Amino acid sequence: MKLQANALVGLSGIGLVLVVALVGTLASPYGALETDFLNRFAAPSASHWFGTDEYGRDVFARVAAGSFVTLRVSLAAVALAVAAGALIGATSAYFGGWLDRCAMVVVDSIMAFPGLLLVLGIMAALGPNESGVVFALAIAYTPPITRVVRSAVYATREKEYVVASRIIGNGELTTLFRHVLPNCITPVIVISTSVFTAAVLSETALSFLGLGVPPPAPSWGSMLADSRNYLGLNPWIAVFPGIAITVTLLSINLIGDALRDRFDLRMSALEKPA
Amino acid sequence: MSTYFLKRLLMIVPTLLLVTVTVFVVMRLVPGDPVAMMLGDIDNPELVRQMREELRLDEPIPVQYVDWFRRVITLDFGESIVTGEPVFDTMLSRLGVTAQVVFISVALAAILAIVFGTLAAWRQNRASDLAITMLAVGSMSVPAFWVGIALIIVFGIKLQWLPTVGYVSPLDDLSESLQFMVLPVTALVVAETGALLRMVRSTTLDVLRMDYITAARARGLGERTVLFRHALPNTLIPTVTLVGFALGSLLGGAAVIETVFTLPGLGRLLVESVYARDYVMVQGVMIFVAAIYVIVNLLVDMLYPLLDPRVRLRA
Repeated sequence: MKLQANALVGLSGIGLVLVVALVGTLASPYGALETDFLNRFAAPSASHWFGTDEYGRDVFARVAAGSFVTLRVSLAAVALAVAAGALIGATSAYFGGWLDRCAMVVVDSIMAFPGLLLVLGIMAALGPNESGVVFALAIAYTPPITRVVRSAVYATREKEYVVASRIIGNGELTTLFRHVLPNCITPVIVISTSVFTAAVLSETALSFLGLGVPPPAPSWGSMLADSRNYLGLNPWIAVFPGIAITVTLLSINLIGDALRDRFDLRMSALEKPA
Repeated sequence: MSTYFLKRLLMIVPTLLLVTVTVFVVMRLVPGDPVAMMLGDIDNPELVRQMREELRLDEPIPVQYVDWFRRVITLDFGESIVTGEPVFDTMLSRLGVTAQVVFISVALAAILAIVFGTLAAWRQNRASDLAITMLAVGSMSVPAFWVGIALIIVFGIKLQWLPTVGYVSPLDDLSESLQFMVLPVTALVVAETGALLRMVRSTTLDVLRMDYITAARARGLGERTVLFRHALPNTLIPTVTLVGFALGSLLGGAAVIETVFTLPGLGRLLVESVYARDYVMVQGVMIFVAAIYVIVNLLVDMLYPLLDPRVRLRA
């Protein structure tokens, strides 16, 4: 009962973000980059629902366009991390030996860096650009996924149906990808939602620091960063991008909770990695 | 007991080694020639050769690493490309600010999480539990930097109760220093307590289901005794582990909150060095913060035998 409520609220939250994104980009009379110097720092009104910023740009259109940036970057990073983590975690647990040990050394050396530290270092080396952000976040989130996949495969690899698959003459790789991995999917789904919230949080933090997707592309983080200079003139500029981030994170957290309850799993240490 | 400490102490050696290798690899991601990057527009072949010599860029990569590692191990992180100051001294001078904000925030967040997490578990599925869990999810969903900006708008600009940007050392003026700490610490506590609280709640729930708790109740002990004398000690170890992680993630993410409140800490130093392309400083801060994180986790692990006699016996 409570579980369904969580999932429902979470899904409607994501739905709301997507509706704002679509309305703001397709149906809004203003472009996200369109300046209007006669209308700077306008408060929310019928013509500018979220007000305007220091260049007279429509904040509603910018929040809408920003959601595509954040969701695109986070989804791409999580997809890469899941693909890499599943591949590395599954092969290292299934074959064991030196392969496993090498993989774990790499995983441990990445996980020795807390929070955003490694991501900031990689961004320092690569310079701010969208593919750099995706790459840096994917590197940072592959290790937790690798660990989850690895322990799931460990638990599965001696099951009867896996042994049976080998006995009837299936190759090791066929057995791993056809029979072992599909049975490890639930923990991967749960950890992916945790990592997704972390990715959204990190992406907005990076663009807040000016190290994310470079301007003029509107992003929630950089809108908040810019707003800091004008808080006295128009605090509204800081309110709406923040609400957008919070609604997005809250929705994914609620969906994640519902999945976790559904599959009866707990990923203790990974609740909020960033 | 001392074997446990010794074993745990030795385990940080390979970790620290891996940290230096990772930083070395990341810094090799810089596209193009590092010397050209450092010198920018200066076109002077003599200077270029001199710097290549100095940074030993013409040696094979493993030789470069060993050479660099030898200096790092003696805490020689080189000099900042921008200011020319020794990197280690600069980092030490910035450490205090970050440590102050992070430690106060984590301590407050841990206390709140333990009190309300235990309470929520005890009142599972009642109204107070639902309210607390809902606040916790909310806390996990607001970014600290947005809470910080909201606090600046309300308490700094509208009400003008507290200073919003800047820092005063507690050694210079304690009360003023605390005033500058209030908003950043509040922002971090609001954003960090949720995840900790949920963990305390779920470990407490697991413990409350155990037979010895039922036995304690059956013996007629009061709920308070059951909760604090019997349940709490067994929830402390996972909680302490998580507090260690939270300390680490705040250290690694200090850049964001220090940017909001213009605090001159390590995180701000890292971000400024990234802007200035001061790679020597960036790699220094990365190693320094990761090393602090490793040591904090070491100290946390050293607490285990004090909290749980079973760890002592096993070792």
